[in-house]
Formats: sequence, C-alpha cells, structure tokens
Amino acid sequence: MNFVANKSDLKVVGTRPVRPDGMDKVTGKAQFGADLTLAGTLVGKIKRSPHAHARIVAIDTSKALAIPGVKSVITAADIPDIPSEEAFVGEGPTNFRDQSLNCIARDKVLYEGHAVAAVAATSSAIADAALAAIEVTYEVLPHVIDVEAAMAEDAPILFEGMITQGVDPKPTKASNIVKKVAFGHGDWQAGMAEADVVVEGKYDTAAVHQAYIEPHACIASVNPDGQTTIFASSQGQFMIRQYTAKILGMDIADIRVTPAEIGGGFGGKTIVYIEPLAVAMSRQAGRPVKIVMTRDEVFRASGPTSGGTIEVKIGAKKDGTITGAYAMVKLQAGAFPGSPVAPACMCAFAMYDLKNVMAEGYDVVSNRAKVAAYRAPGAPISTFAVESVMDELAIKLGMDPIDLRMKNAAKQGTKASYGPVFPVIGFEEVLEAAKAHPHWTAPLGPNQGRGVATGFWFNIGGESSASVFVNEDGSVSVVSGSPDIGGSRASMAMMAAEVLGIPYEKVRPIIGDTAQIGITGVTGGSRVTFATGMATTQAAERAVDELKKRAAMIWDISPDAVDWKDGEAVPAGANAGGFDPLPLAAIALKAAKTGGPINAEVSINAQGAGAAFGAHIADVEVDPETGFVKILRYTAVQDVGRAIHPSYVEGQIQGGATQGIGWALNEEYIYDKNGRMDNAGFLDYRVPVASDLPMIEAVLVEVPNPRHPFGVRGVGEVPIIPPMAAIGNAIKAATGMRLVSLPMSPPKVRAAFDAAKG
Amino acid sequence: MSKIHVTTTVNGEPAEFLCEPQESMLDVLRDTLKLTGSKEGCGSGDCGACSITLDGRLVCSCLMLGVEAEGHSIGTIEGVARGDELHPIQRKFLEHAALQCGFCTPGLIVAVKALLEKNPNPTETEARFWIAGNLCRCTGYDKILRAIMDAAAELRGEVAA
Repeated sequence: MNFVANKSDLKVVGTRPVRPDGMDKVTGKAQFGADLTLAGTLVGKIKRSPHAHARIVAIDTSKALAIPGVKSVITAADIPDIPSEEAFVGEGPTNFRDQSLNCIARDKVLYEGHAVAAVAATSSAIADAALAAIEVTYEVLPHVIDVEAAMAEDAPILFEGMITQGVDPKPTKASNIVKKVAFGHGDWQAGMAEADVVVEGKYDTAAVHQAYIEPHACIASVNPDGQTTIFASSQGQFMIRQYTAKILGMDIADIRVTPAEIGGGFGGKTIVYIEPLAVAMSRQAGRPVKIVMTRDEVFRASGPTSGGTIEVKIGAKKDGTITGAYAMVKLQAGAFPGSPVAPACMCAFAMYDLKNVMAEGYDVVSNRAKVAAYRAPGAPISTFAVESVMDELAIKLGMDPIDLRMKNAAKQGTKASYGPVFPVIGFEEVLEAAKAHPHWTAPLGPNQGRGVATGFWFNIGGESSASVFVNEDGSVSVVSGSPDIGGSRASMAMMAAEVLGIPYEKVRPIIGDTAQIGITGVTGGSRVTFATGMATTQAAERAVDELKKRAAMIWDISPDAVDWKDGEAVPAGANAGGFDPLPLAAIALKAAKTGGPINAEVSINAQGAGAAFGAHIADVEVDPETGFVKILRYTAVQDVGRAIHPSYVEGQIQGGATQGIGWALNEEYIYDKNGRMDNAGFLDYRVPVASDLPMIEAVLVEVPNPRHPFGVRGVGEVPIIPPMAAIGNAIKAATGMRLVSLPMSPPKVRAAFDAAKG
Repeated sequence: MSKIHVTTTVNGEPAEFLCEPQESMLDVLRDTLKLTGSKEGCGSGDCGACSITLDGRLVCSCLMLGVEAEGHSIGTIEGVARGDELHPIQRKFLEHAALQCGFCTPGLIVAVKALLEKNPNPTETEARFWIAGNLCRCTGYDKILRAIMDAAAELRGEVAA
C-alpha cells in the first residue's frame, strides 16, 4: 500500500474510539498473568540468595523434599548447563547461558536475590516451609556495587575469564569491564580547539526499576509426552517460548505460550525469569505450576535499568554553532553483561548536526540484579548529562536554550552522530512547536524556574505477523502476535478498518498464541504500531485483493476491472459493466461458493522505522527549606509521525514523561554496606503518585514517516528521555544551582543549598 | 490449623467461605471466591491495585484478613457495573482512554467510586490526593483525572448521560 499523504483521506485513523479490550479491563474480567488457575495447580516459589556475591558450596534439598505436599524442588542441577551463545531475543543482544544462570544460579550467586532453588507445593504455606528447609552453604565473597568502583584495579571480579572487548591492546587481566564502545565522526578534540566556549560536567544517575504494577507471573503445564503450555504475562509470547526451549533444551514446537494480559512492562518483561523454572517443576511434578513474584522479588531480582556516570564536554562558537562534542558513559550492567551503553552513546548527541563528535562507553558488571530493557534503554541516562551541559552552554552564551538547539538541530540529510544519514525527521518542527507554545513564555513566581530539554530515539521495526479473517457475516477478525500493553488492539483494528473500508466496530482484534500466528518480536522498541501495524495493513490489503477477485467471479468479469471503495467492490469503470456495488458482507456471504474462506496472513521483517524527537518544558518550584521540588507545569512536545489513536499516543507521552519525572526526583536503588537493597518496596522506592503531578500536556507534532502506509513513527520511548534534564534545567533556573546527580531528591537539593551557602 | 467459616456479603449477595486465620481478604477473593478483578501489586498496601470497600469504606484487601469480613459488606470491581450497564466511572475511563495496561484500573475504579460517594464534587487536587494510594505506572494520571472529573460531573447531573 502506498503512503497515504493526505490526512483528510483517512476515515478511521486519527479518531478516538473506545478500545476493544476496554470492557474487560474496567470490569475486572481481563486475565492477567496471575489470574489463571488450572485443576491441580501447585504454588511455585523461589529461594533467593541473601548475599551479594558468594560461591555456592552445597545445596541440600532433602528436608524440603520430605515435607508432605512438596511436589518438586529444583536447583541448577536440574537444568541443562548450556554453553555461551549470543542471540538477539527480546529487545537486544543476549546470551542464552547468561539468561539461564540469571534464572537459577549454578556455581556462584552474583547479587542479593539471585535464585538458587525453586519449589512447587500444594499450598503457599507448604511452599514457604519448603523454601525455609532448603539448606544452602555459601562462601561469601567480597562484592562491588557501584560502576566506577567495579572498574577499579583491585575490585572483586565477578567473572574470572572476563577480558574487556573493544580495547587495543587486548588486556591480559580479567576485569568487570565487559566492553568498550565508541560512536562518532570527525575530530572532536580539533572541534574543541575551534570553540569560543567550552562547557563540561560529570553527571551520575541511579539504577531505576520499570516498576510495572503487575509482578511477573506465569502458569506452566507439562504433559508426560513433553507437550508444554505456558500462560504468562510478558512483552512477547515468542520470546518466552524461545528462551524456555533454549534454557531447558526443548524443541520450540513442544511449547505453546499464550500471552496473558500484561500489567505493564516498559522493557522489563522482555526476558524470562520464572517460566523455565515453572516448566522444569511441572515436568517433575506432573501438575501445573504457577509462579507469581512478590513485589520484593520484582525489585531485587528483575529489571532494573543501569545507573552510571556520564562525562560530557561541548564546545561552541559565540553564535552557538557547536564545534565539538564528547561523552564518556560508564554503565552498570548488573550481574551479567548487557547494559544499554551502546544506545546510550548512540543517542547522546543524535539531536544535533555535528561535524566533530564522539561518545565512548563502558559496559560494567557488578553485584546488582541483571539490568533489563527500560523504555529507550540508555538514552535517558546520557541525555540527562548532554542536555544539562547544553543548558549550561546556553547560559554561558546568553542564548535562548531552544534557539541554541535550533541552531544545531539535526535535519533531513544530517549525518547522525551514530552513523546513518537521517531521512525525513521532525526535530526542527518539534523545537518550533515548543517555542511557540504559550507555556514557554508564561510568567513564573518566586523560587520557580523553567527548563527545556530534548531527546532522540531510533524506534525499530522487525519481525511481525498478522492475519485478517473475513467472517461469514462481514465482520472481520484481526489476529496479531504483539501483546497489547497500552491500547495496540485499537490501533490494529483501526488500521485494518481503514484499509477494508468498514467501520471500526466491525473489526475484532485478537492477540494470538504462539500456535495461532507467525513469529512476532516483543512489544518493545516502540515497534508495534509501526511494524505489526504494517503487517496488519498488508494482510488487510491482501484480503481486499481477494474480495475483489471474488466480486469479479460473481460478476464474471476480470479482477482488474474491480475497484474497492468504502468497503464495497465497484466496477472500475463504465466498460467493466453496470453492476451494483457489492459490500464486503455480501461477498463474505458467498465465500463458500466462490472459492472458500477469505483470509490473509502476512509475516514481515518491517524496515523503515522512523526516528523521533521530543522537547519537554518543565516548570518547578523549589522549597529552599526542605529541598522539595514541585512540578508546576509540564509540556511534552513530540514528533509522532502520525497518530493512529491520538488518545493512546498522548497517553504514551504522558506516561513516559511521568516515569522520567520519577527518575529525576525520587527513584533510586539504595544498597546497604553488604550489597543488599534497602528499599525493595513501593513505600521506599517512590514512583510518582497522582498528588505529585500536574496535568501533563502532550503536544503531537505530525511529520509522517513515509515508510509506513499511515505515516507512523514509534512514540512510546522518546518521552522518558528529556524529563531529567528538563527538570534539572528548571531547578537551575529557579535556584542558580546545577544538580548533577539523580535523583534530585530533597536531601540532595538541600545539600546543594547548604554547599552554595558555604 | 483448621479453617474458619465466614459469613459475609460480597457485591450485595450473601457469601460464605472457609479461610485460614492468617489469609488475606485479597487471597480469599482471588483464590477462594474466584473474583480475580482485585489485583496484587505489592501485598503491603502501597499500590492500591487490590482496593475494595468494606461497608462502603475504601480498604486495601491485601491488608485485611478474610475473617474480618464476617458480618460485613464487601464491594469489589466485579460489583461496580449493574448487569450489562457500566457504571459512569467505568464508561468515562474508557471514553477518556484512562487506562493503558489496565492492571491498576479495577482498584482505581473502586477507589474513585468510594470518593464520589463521599464527595460528589471534588476539586482536581482532592481527587489527586484521594487516589494517591493507587499507583498507575502507565498513564501519568492525566487522563485518569479527566475521567474522574467528567464522571463526577455526570453523576451530579451536570451533563447529559
């Protein structure tokens, strides 16, 4: 299908209908991961390490197994010891062995909360008793938590064989540094020499959790012949199937995964933690096993994203032209390799058209939970530093901060700092909309300040499958492989309805299990409306082609002589014959007589995802007594390509911005001296609540992506990138103080006031 | 330990169940009565996903014991709609797209219903503080507040239903 350039040609796309799954979700009927119970279901629970770093000397499960009602106890000895194998599953590169060892520790525990054994029992109380009866003998090892400490010469080493990749010459000694990455072009040092003004700074950010409200949950059932079914909450049923098969040495075809409704993920549900354990125990016990994490387990053993340190240096001419830019990003990976240091470096300067730019970074393991993807992985971390330094640069140059960004803005044809040349992008349009917004010039009161910051995310395409079934009565079922995490059923139905020319209400979108639809990548990377939307659109087009053929058969004319208009087959012209239009329902009714059922399935690897940019304006009031920062007003401007369902696009932006506000002001992992997390609950790990916030105004700028039939760009990830710097810049404007460490919580703001007083 | 017999009312209907003395009302609702609309997000009263009413008063069912239901009246998300007719709060949540993943939604709707029964004309700030115990990680609360204010207006008869 050709790109629909003219918005007025669209009848369904761009409207705001009620989502198809809404009724289930407001009445409590929707089935999330923990909501399904099968006959004979056992309660599965996990024994976790109390130590941050220790060797497992012995595990004695005999006492647990002797408890009546205990049906299975497993350790790593019950799981194949699989070799190291790199793969691309979920939202990024991964290693199957690391995933296996993260699900259940083999020789060493690498963080507090690391799983060492699991039990399945007839009741929760019996499972608890069994966990307590498992005896684990540890040899406690020295641990290391913070990234720069983990990089030190004398740091405790997590992996004896880890030799840093990407540095020349190759090191001879093991360290916690997994690899070094570098992205850029030109000569950044020469660029600094050309500059009239150079600004630099060192920033740090805390590890933060995705904090989806639904804990990880699954139920698995294995038959004696090995046929396995899993019902689980995740961002990808195919991802669960692939990991579980690999970790347990099973054939993929023997596993069928049904996606539960998912209670939030934000990247954190793109890997497995519990499904392989539930399957292994169900196999032993011959009964279904259900595992539901507690909130404490979610914090200690799943997610979060990296904290890290970022050093940034930017040089510019007096007129604001940036001559050189450099960043050094060091990120915590947690206990296994895989921090988002590469995207952090790639996104750091992607907003700008730069001749001389370099971003380098290190991926560093330490004794924390293995990081998982979190909304635009890495970009918020590096962007906090870059956009804070840009603010300092604007102050030093005496320039309006939006004008400074406009002066250097990336545009079509810009060679991006991470390599490619940008096609049609909308960053300048975003900056213009931010500057023109009444918020930018609204008056402020005492102790109040306004900040602006921007952000970039690639967005991705990838593997997606969708089927369109034309039912006998002219209603249409659309099956796709993408779990619906925030309203994507609505956009699939809307795009199918648009192509078919029928009302939205006539289309029922369904999320297929792994046996019902072709392979589809995870709901992540802001890809579903783009990539699965493209598969849906193409499947609907093929259905239209078939409908036209059937009409031609009924009329006994050539299919080329049939057009499709507003849900009806019509003769293409006067020469085709004087037939009355045949509506979709009339053709569907005769399907049996014209060749059988009318369906189309499309599986693609979608290319041409459109990058997107955002600019956020934040007003804060800082209380000099307490250091409390209140968000007074917040506006988030973003190029969304084209909004299929504008309400859910706004919702993504509002929600992403709010997560960024939490990251900026409150959220952090806090460890005690033994490397144990001190705040593993919502009381002490404080996500934003309704009373913390004003309304979040989402401004949709539409610069359509010509590579998608309806112009879609991904929207979900960009909005979490700018908030930290926007708020830091607002605090600077309100107080004159530059805060360089997240979260900018009351104790840190107070300390900054005290330091400023001297 | 033997189970305790509890006689209570759930969503206006008489109900009986057996539960362990230490069992939470949330576990009774989900596991025994199969009312899985109430969710467990934390188990410590911090997230509000398990919100129910006890004689009309909003409580976290994870912090209440099943035995405490004896002789009282419990309201859950499953009792909010009347037959096939949604409560205006539910309808407004849909119209305003006030949910994304939908996991916090049952608890929020129960909480908002309790708010509007107590205070039919809340300010936006009052509504924000009332639902401050109901965490939503997806929406940023903006559309939830719009749905609440719109539902309140409709329930006061200020706009046509």
